[in-house]
Amino acid sequence: MVTSLKEQPLKRQTVYRNIHITQIASYRLPPAGWVSILHRVSGAAMFLFLPFAIWMFDSSLGSEGSYEQFVDVFRNGAFGLPGWFIRLATFGLLWAYLFHFCAGLRHLWMDATHSVGLQFGRISAVVVMALSTIVAFALGAKLFLSSPLF
Amino acid sequence: MADTMATSFGSRRIVVGAHYGLRDWLAQRITSVMMAIFTVAVIAQLLTPGALDYYKWSAMFSRQWMKVLTFVTIVSLLYHVWVGMRDIWMDYVKPVSVRLALQVATIAWLVGCAGWAIQVLWRL
Repeated sequence: MVTSLKEQPLKRQTVYRNIHITQIASYRLPPAGWVSILHRVSGAAMFLFLPFAIWMFDSSLGSEGSYEQFVDVFRNGAFGLPGWFIRLATFGLLWAYLFHFCAGLRHLWMDATHSVGLQFGRISAVVVMALSTIVAFALGAKLFLSSPLF
Repeated sequence: MADTMATSFGSRRIVVGAHYGLRDWLAQRITSVMMAIFTVAVIAQLLTPGALDYYKWSAMFSRQWMKVLTFVTIVSLLYHVWVGMRDIWMDYVKPVSVRLALQVATIAWLVGCAGWAIQVLWRL
């Protein structure tokens, strides 16, 4: 191996740098890359919406009266926001949860079985995106189409 | 951890290596399993026969094992989100003063939320 260095001309080593923020939109990510960044985005979104989740936990369990108020918020809105907007935000939160859940299971599976190949990474990433989206829309349909709600 | 404790400070401290962050990495995974168990437990109970109303919903969380599982989930969430948000701040926010401020705000936010959730659980 050492002798081959003398025979071949020296090649300039590729320098890898972070992309600039203006390049994000044009940068093509593989499926595993999408799952990676969406795992982070969904987690951060849930962090910000944590008080809303705990409000749901609080009002739905507090008493019969607070449960009625909880259901009413999804029908008629609250805080100056219409009911459909509250449902849409809840749908977004539901999607984020399901995506984060599936992507997390993928991580655990990869850690436990050392499945770190390119093929597994790609297929499992597509499965995570498809499965979480299908389940989110199935439950979202219940959120939007069922009446009376819950 | 005993041998790493000896070199975790001063000029001989270890700042890189495979052990770095292992504890948080592991904690993030263990807490995620706790929350996954909670999720499955909630869904399994929702799928039992009977219309979903206030009585079914509140009866679910009134059982002692469910209260314990919910408490474990709240504490797990607190730690899990702390590790995740700290990773985000460390990756994207470089000025130490801003990063520290955001980390303090994150802790305040999370402890506040966990306190509220435990308070809800306490009343059941």
